[in-house]
Amino acid sequence: MIYSEDDRVLLGHGSGGILTSDLISQLFLHYFKNDILEELSDSAFLQMKSKKISFTTDSFVVDPLFFPGGDIGKLAVCGTINDLAVSGAKPMFLSCGFIIEEGFSLSQLEKIVRSMAEEAEKAQVKIVTGDTKVVAKGQCDKLFINTSGIGKLPAKYIGLSKAEYICKGDKIIINGSLGDHSISVLSARNSLKIQANLVSDCAILNELIYQVLDNSRGVKFMRDATRGGLATVLYELAENKKYGIAIDENSIPVKDTVRGVCELLGFDPLYLANEGKVVMIVAEESANEILKIMKRHPLGKESCIIGEVSETNPGLVWLNTQIGGKRMVDKLSGEQLPRIC
Amino acid sequence: MKYIDEYRSPELVNCLLSLIKQTSTKEINLMEVCGGHTMAIHKFGIVDMLPKNIHLLSGPGCPVCVTDKKYIDQCIAYSRMQNTIITTYGDLIRVPGSSSSLEKEGAKGADIRMVYSTTDALEIAKANPQKKVIFLGIGFETTAPGSAVCIQQAFQENISNFYLFSAHKIMPPALKLLADGEIRIDGFICPGHVSTITGSKIYETLADENSISCVVCGFEPLDILQSIYMLVKQIEKNETRVEIQYTRAVQPEGNILAQKILMDVFEVRDDWWRGFGIIPSSGLKIRDKYKQIDAETEFDVDVEETILDIGCICGEILKGLKSPNECLLFGEACNPSNPAGACMVSNEGSCHAFYKYGKNI
Ligand code: SF4
Repeated sequence: MIYSEDDRVLLGHGSGGILTSDLISQLFLHYFKNDILEELSDSAFLQMKSKKISFTTDSFVVDPLFFPGGDIGKLAVCGTINDLAVSGAKPMFLSCGFIIEEGFSLSQLEKIVRSMAEEAEKAQVKIVTGDTKVVAKGQCDKLFINTSGIGKLPAKYIGLSKAEYICKGDKIIINGSLGDHSISVLSARNSLKIQANLVSDCAILNELIYQVLDNSRGVKFMRDATRGGLATVLYELAENKKYGIAIDENSIPVKDTVRGVCELLGFDPLYLANEGKVVMIVAEESANEILKIMKRHPLGKESCIIGEVSETNPGLVWLNTQIGGKRMVDKLSGEQLPRIC
Repeated sequence: MKYIDEYRSPELVNCLLSLIKQTSTKEINLMEVCGGHTMAIHKFGIVDMLPKNIHLLSGPGCPVCVTDKKYIDQCIAYSRMQNTIITTYGDLIRVPGSSSSLEKEGAKGADIRMVYSTTDALEIAKANPQKKVIFLGIGFETTAPGSAVCIQQAFQENISNFYLFSAHKIMPPALKLLADGEIRIDGFICPGHVSTITGSKIYETLADENSISCVVCGFEPLDILQSIYMLVKQIEKNETRVEIQYTRAVQPEGNILAQKILMDVFEVRDDWWRGFGIIPSSGLKIRDKYKQIDAETEFDVDVEETILDIGCICGEILKGLKSPNECLLFGEACNPSNPAGACMVSNEGSCHAFYKYGKNI
């Protein structure tokens, strides 16, 4: 560790002066080191052969910064990489912006930066540019991070995010249980006094996604089920379209711990945020093969089919309930849980 | 999951459904009094599973929905006082008052905090001795004992900056009003949680004087279907009795200790219910003994004149006279993101449940 418990972020760390360059060289360059970043020019120079690129950005304000299974740094890298991967792109470069509250612990910042570097390395992505701002005490809550990412997009996957080819009979697959991230973060908040034996599912999904894309045909759409959860992904897909979507409560994986907290606090797992879950819509005839491929990957072991596209009820998503009833799955209104990512 | 899945078994659900179908011959109106029941009925898709001759009406048992607009306006006035923290259960924050809401006041700088229990509110008061901490006490016999205990504790521990603003209500007078009212109710699906405190005796007048069958019901799908079956059996035999389906939680005499605490802290007064107007002896006021904790006696605030709802038919819905889709505002002008009335704000409100789950599929 570079910093000790007592070291704090000072306003001067964001001034652009000596303290800023110290922070860059001691902390960021040390952990993120790569040829592009080391140039330390105002902008990073990137070379890409691909004609098509995907570009995305996301900001992270999770509270608390550290939670079972991850921290804000891991989340910021995974979130942006996953956004690229679900569009079919191969993530290449990331930028990161830090907004830090004066007095924040430098050793905690170091832990966060280190986990960002670890995740980026796992995904073979370079963090090539960044920015640090420090605001006076009370003007932001500890630390916010923004990451943007660029990935190269093979021509054959361009249609993936447009969801154009979805039709009746297509199957809906998810790679595991819902709500682990939300409930882990919630349980890490002291105010709620919930003890849940659970870790966040926060993980980079690019490898799993590429294994499916490279070894099968029939994936028609993918989305990571983050804020708003599974329900929101499906609702946005069905909205204004010619088809409806049916999901089966009995086949949707939800851990007992998550269900328990949901029963207690009135949350619906369908709307809880996940940070390592991808929803795929795949052609009926490819579904079993894709499932097999997914199950071979550590992040896809619990993959399952949870529903299908239907020609009835166009524009709607509905749930076949555990007891054999039916109910609509509507768009989330209001905020179920603020500052979850 | 243990203690949950047992009450959601599809086989038993089917079994109860066929018993209901075999037994039920009459066209009947059953009212689920409690908002928790309304929500469960919609969430599990029970409405469409029942035979068409059984009509379910939603009653007045959603605490947020029956809380009068004047109360919200007064909460808003409290939130504008200097050095004040408002603590409340979540739903109330978004209920529209006459010209604002607690949510809007929060955005303008008022300190509004959502809590999950009265204990949390008390903790906030202890942690902020220089501020006035007001807890907004709403709800029926279910939540009122929590408020009562909290008041006793604040009193005993001499926590001088904690206050409670009571809109607590009791259920029997509203049920009696409905039973005497214009709509025919054949059976009450009686509120399970209220009854854990009050016991099932409070429904006896309804059965005896108004000839309405009553079954105290739990909140899981099998509880609800079994209660409906029990009601159907009574109605088919022209019986009007009070039965308890929710035996794992409810006793005929209720929770005597909680009742005593309730009576120690509160006295009954006439109270406003949204959509009903004043119902005699239906509200709970903090007794003089604890008056230094009563926000109403402690703070004199200017409350803006309450503007009556235009177009919102919450009142008629709460009385079972109309259904949410009969409201002209439903959907476009009133929805959960932009609620015009209280029934759309609360998760347990009929309009909310109807909006969320109600489209025909
Ligand atoms: S839809 Fe909105 S305005 Fe109409 S009754 Fe319900 S809450 Fe009131």
